[in-house]
Amino acid sequence: MNGVHDMGGMHGMGPIQHKESEPVFHARWEARTFALNGAMGAWRKWNIDAGRHQIELIPAADYLRMSYYEKWFVRIVELAVKHGLISRAEIESGKPEAGSARATPALTADKVQGMLAPGKGARRDVAGAPRFQVGQQVRARNMHSTGHTRLPRYARGKLGTIDRHHGAFVFPDTNAHFLGEKPQHVYSVRFAARELWGEQASPRDSVYIDMWDDYLEPA
Amino acid sequence: MDTTRRSTGHEHDHDHEHQAVPSDLTLRVKALESLLVEKGLVDRAALDALIDTYEHKVGPRNGARVVARAWVDAGYKKRLLADATSAIAEFGFSGRQGEHMVAVENTPRVHNLVVCTLCSCYPWPVLGLPPVWYKSAPYRSRAVIDPRGVLREFGVEVPEDVEVRVWDSTAELRYLVLPERPAGTEKLTEDQLAALVTRDAMVGVAKVTLPRQVARA
Repeated sequence: MNGVHDMGGMHGMGPIQHKESEPVFHARWEARTFALNGAMGAWRKWNIDAGRHQIELIPAADYLRMSYYEKWFVRIVELAVKHGLISRAEIESGKPEAGSARATPALTADKVQGMLAPGKGARRDVAGAPRFQVGQQVRARNMHSTGHTRLPRYARGKLGTIDRHHGAFVFPDTNAHFLGEKPQHVYSVRFAARELWGEQASPRDSVYIDMWDDYLEPA
Repeated sequence: MDTTRRSTGHEHDHDHEHQAVPSDLTLRVKALESLLVEKGLVDRAALDALIDTYEHKVGPRNGARVVARAWVDAGYKKRLLADATSAIAEFGFSGRQGEHMVAVENTPRVHNLVVCTLCSCYPWPVLGLPPVWYKSAPYRSRAVIDPRGVLREFGVEVPEDVEVRVWDSTAELRYLVLPERPAGTEKLTEDQLAALVTRDAMVGVAKVTLPRQVARA
């Protein structure tokens, strides 16, 4: 979706508020919200792409105003309700509905360490060689999905070069909507800064964007 | 509980003292946690373990060890640049948001900068959770269109003849910048080198510099 989350190249967002060091969490509620996301995600009712999309669905003005973990808080509530883990009535009352069965937590403390173990992540095995070769010219497709996509607006329609092949990965555009993993090849595509931004950009610079096969067409 | 209503302004990028009266979000998160615990959906000990992991066990000191090793061990550096996931796993650093790592090397000719314009993708196992500025609109919007301006704001002037490469983390690949080893560090041990490496240098918004006292030694 052409949401406000797709920020690459926008102006007017103000100066960068850099700090050399800061606490991992700035308040306990942030820490609890972070952990609740992990613990609720362990139910596997949704996936990482659906989680990202849920944040994109926050209305633009709210998205820009809310702090990072406030968006995460909204995400847990919305996903947990959408997938039937809790009801709106329970959110309102703060209490489980009368007669509702008590679950056994999906994530227990002993499993947390396992989240730091090597995992297959989003990589998948697919049959078939990659469609594009390193060094080949490609064009990012000019498409404007109304759902989740990881094809940033600033790259659409632009000409790039395949820099490397990363292997095959779950396709977020379908996975976020529970339409299947549709795994496909992902490439790092090099776009000259001038192709993206015109003459104001340095002729030496470039932006590398990771792109799924479905985002690309031969140039 | 209205999940989209205005917060009370206790946003986390202010340095003010924390309030005696709990903020709206403090109460809302507490209420949600209680509900989820009561329903048996989450286990409080698991929440504590998750927080402890990301506050104390994972962070930029991990990445700094990887960088220092690459500086002193040419074979390791080669492995890191060829297959960063495996090379980083040699230290036991792996897992969530670091399953597919790529290391990009800064040289006298190339400066690399990492961003996630679409959300907040960041290599957790080596750098920990991202700082506020990294996930905020100003950095996400400008890093791709004006990387040299952004770097200047961070105090890094990239000469005209040096190429800037911006890595937009749009997929599940996570990027670690291998900064240039500063001159005058030939006699430092691997641990001493690791102590010089900052989070910012591994995102590509800073260079690794030698503190005065080390330079004198």
